[in-house]
Amino acid sequence: MYTNEMLESMKKVEAARAANASFEPRRMTAEEKDILLKTYHPDYKENEFAVLQIGPNKGDKVPTELAALLQANSRVNPAEIDLSAPDYDVDVLIIGGGGAGASAAIEADNNGAKTMIVTKLRLGDANTMMAEGGIQAADKPNDSPAIHYLDAFGGGHFAAKPELLYKLVTEAPEAIQWLNDLGVEFDKDKDGTMITTHGGGTSRKRMHAAKDYSGAEIMRTLRDEVLNREIPVVDFTAAIELILDENGKAAGAVLMNMETQEILVAKAKTVIIATGGAGRLHYQGFPTSNHYGATADGLILGYRAGAKLLYADTLQYHPTGAAYPEQIFGALVTEKVRSLGAKLINVDGEAFMHPLETRDVSAASIIRECSTNGKGVHTPGGVGVWLDTPMIELKNGEGTIEKRIPAMMRMFAKYDIDIRKEPILVYPTLHYQNGGLDITADGMTGVENLFVAGEAVGGIHGRNRLMGNSLLDIIVFGRNAGRNASEKSKSVTVGKLSLEHVNKFAAEAEAAGIHSDIVSPKLLPDYARKK
Amino acid sequence: MEQMVNVFLMGKKYEVPSSLTIMKAMEYAGYQLIRGCGCRNGFCGACATIYRIKGDRELKVCLACQTQVQDNMYVATLPFFPLVKQVYDIEKIKPTEQIMMQLYPEIYSCIGCNACTKSCTQGLNVMQYIAYAQRGEYEKCAEESFDCVMCGVCSSRCPAGISHPQVAMLARRLTGKYLAPKSQHLEDRVKEIREGTFEELLENLMQKPIEEMQELYNHREIEK
Repeated sequence: MYTNEMLESMKKVEAARAANASFEPRRMTAEEKDILLKTYHPDYKENEFAVLQIGPNKGDKVPTELAALLQANSRVNPAEIDLSAPDYDVDVLIIGGGGAGASAAIEADNNGAKTMIVTKLRLGDANTMMAEGGIQAADKPNDSPAIHYLDAFGGGHFAAKPELLYKLVTEAPEAIQWLNDLGVEFDKDKDGTMITTHGGGTSRKRMHAAKDYSGAEIMRTLRDEVLNREIPVVDFTAAIELILDENGKAAGAVLMNMETQEILVAKAKTVIIATGGAGRLHYQGFPTSNHYGATADGLILGYRAGAKLLYADTLQYHPTGAAYPEQIFGALVTEKVRSLGAKLINVDGEAFMHPLETRDVSAASIIRECSTNGKGVHTPGGVGVWLDTPMIELKNGEGTIEKRIPAMMRMFAKYDIDIRKEPILVYPTLHYQNGGLDITADGMTGVENLFVAGEAVGGIHGRNRLMGNSLLDIIVFGRNAGRNASEKSKSVTVGKLSLEHVNKFAAEAEAAGIHSDIVSPKLLPDYARKK
Repeated sequence: MEQMVNVFLMGKKYEVPSSLTIMKAMEYAGYQLIRGCGCRNGFCGACATIYRIKGDRELKVCLACQTQVQDNMYVATLPFFPLVKQVYDIEKIKPTEQIMMQLYPEIYSCIGCNACTKSCTQGLNVMQYIAYAQRGEYEKCAEESFDCVMCGVCSSRCPAGISHPQVAMLARRLTGKYLAPKSQHLEDRVKEIREGTFEELLENLMQKPIEEMQELYNHREIEK
């Protein structure tokens, strides 16, 4: 139930609604944003990071929780694994069954490769399924891939790898076309024109959507296509260590059945890591909008095998996680709510910022409003600011919410909150892993025949990602990895399989005086209550 | 002091805080979930759940991640249901009435009991979208079924053995690919990119020093 403070504040929001709706808050200057981020963004909290003592990124800082996993013990004892009779022998092994993995599988299959997906949960259990707001592509006449490039490059603090970002923006329209041809239902006008909106930090309206089920619509279509092609999917089976061959090239993975713990060996000519993000590591104690399986497994696997990380110290905190009611604490409230016209309002009913700043700036601004400025709204379990959803219908007419953001309406309606009539409370939630494994434009890491796609990649977006560029990157780089890994597999002869790199990594830890009592990859968060 | 309620997970009694969702109540009880837990946000359909409140005849259904526990709630999870998924080539099929007859003929055995609609965890009018599919009205079927998370509860309740989510999936793909209007601006842009229209512009941009990029970014025009 709402507290008195919440009810009082809600009255102020309602009273100021008409004025706030027509008020256009100014955007912050570059300097203001810099200071704001350095003071309030969680990425800048020095004591939340640790310096890696071993591995390819020795000397670099990463979140404390990630460092612990990267430098932890393997789940396997190489001496106990029989690599001589693999259970699976394929051309392309894809680890992860989300949007990137499925896209890669479809393209590898197109290219005639014997392809297999392993996933620790089900095909489609991924952050892709939960992406709500949309997917960017510069396909309108007033837009161009160059403008898209500038938006993303600036939004990512000029840190993206240019060759990756070039690929992202130039292949974006084709990615939309590919999805459309597979049967994805994008929101369109009667004449076929895509209905597009802004996202935070975009300078053109290039956000394509499928209501607020954009990711779900894409994921279920890709899943259906993988099944139609009868590409083998080994589900409830996690990759727990990569296998290299005697020449140090990626050559498969050690797998574990999640339910029976049976160990299996998959041999492959090329391997694609498409394991997604890390929200379930709950960096800095944040709640997360991520899928149950988002535990950075691919980063651990790749790192132990010698692949480098890039920007592993930058995370995205989505500005609008649900702050109330507690049952959905941390769940994503899509940015599309702001794209459609809802503004961020403080306890006194003031629109304290422009609603479409980039995500890192918006998150930091909300944290400032709730801390130093003391203008947050206290809930029974925390604090938040209002996202004034009724403004959407004030601006776009009645029925807009049900038509454009039905998932949001449903999520809150389950707790008797009608977002058409009442504002909702939000606070930043851990949303996206900006960094990941370092790749070249062909999708390959420094470890030969080891490819990466999707959220496990670092460097496509730089140090912050714009809304709608992640659904885009899983398609563009998923397809890219699928094509290149399958092409490469045609000329690969796999040498003798080896887990020697696991021994070597353990020895390096020993030499550095690291004595960890945990094993990694983590696979699933541990939410079971211990008495 | 937290208010506690009794819930019966697979028939076994546990005392849990009343504010929890069913999913969190299971974890509170000590379960480490593997199946029956996915996105935890109501989008993936992994946590379909059937429950009955003691003394109430009616069986209810929900997503465990989206539903708060109640006192004397008997909970059975449905982490997997053997839906029938027919294999087809999306490039070769056409949005004709015949395609449903070929792939999912059981939809014509619907007896109109409406158990599917009553059991939908998303509150969709499932029987209606099956009726649209029967008539080959795929756009309507697609729209009516759009919010489906494919949890499979409807199919578990269907006396005719229909795999409703898969029927709807086919209707949506037919609609998206064949029936929705074509986007000319998209086709034009893909062609322009293939012809290299933006290459020079982009290469130019990629070579600029950071300071110049900052200038361009900070002063770029933003569409209203």
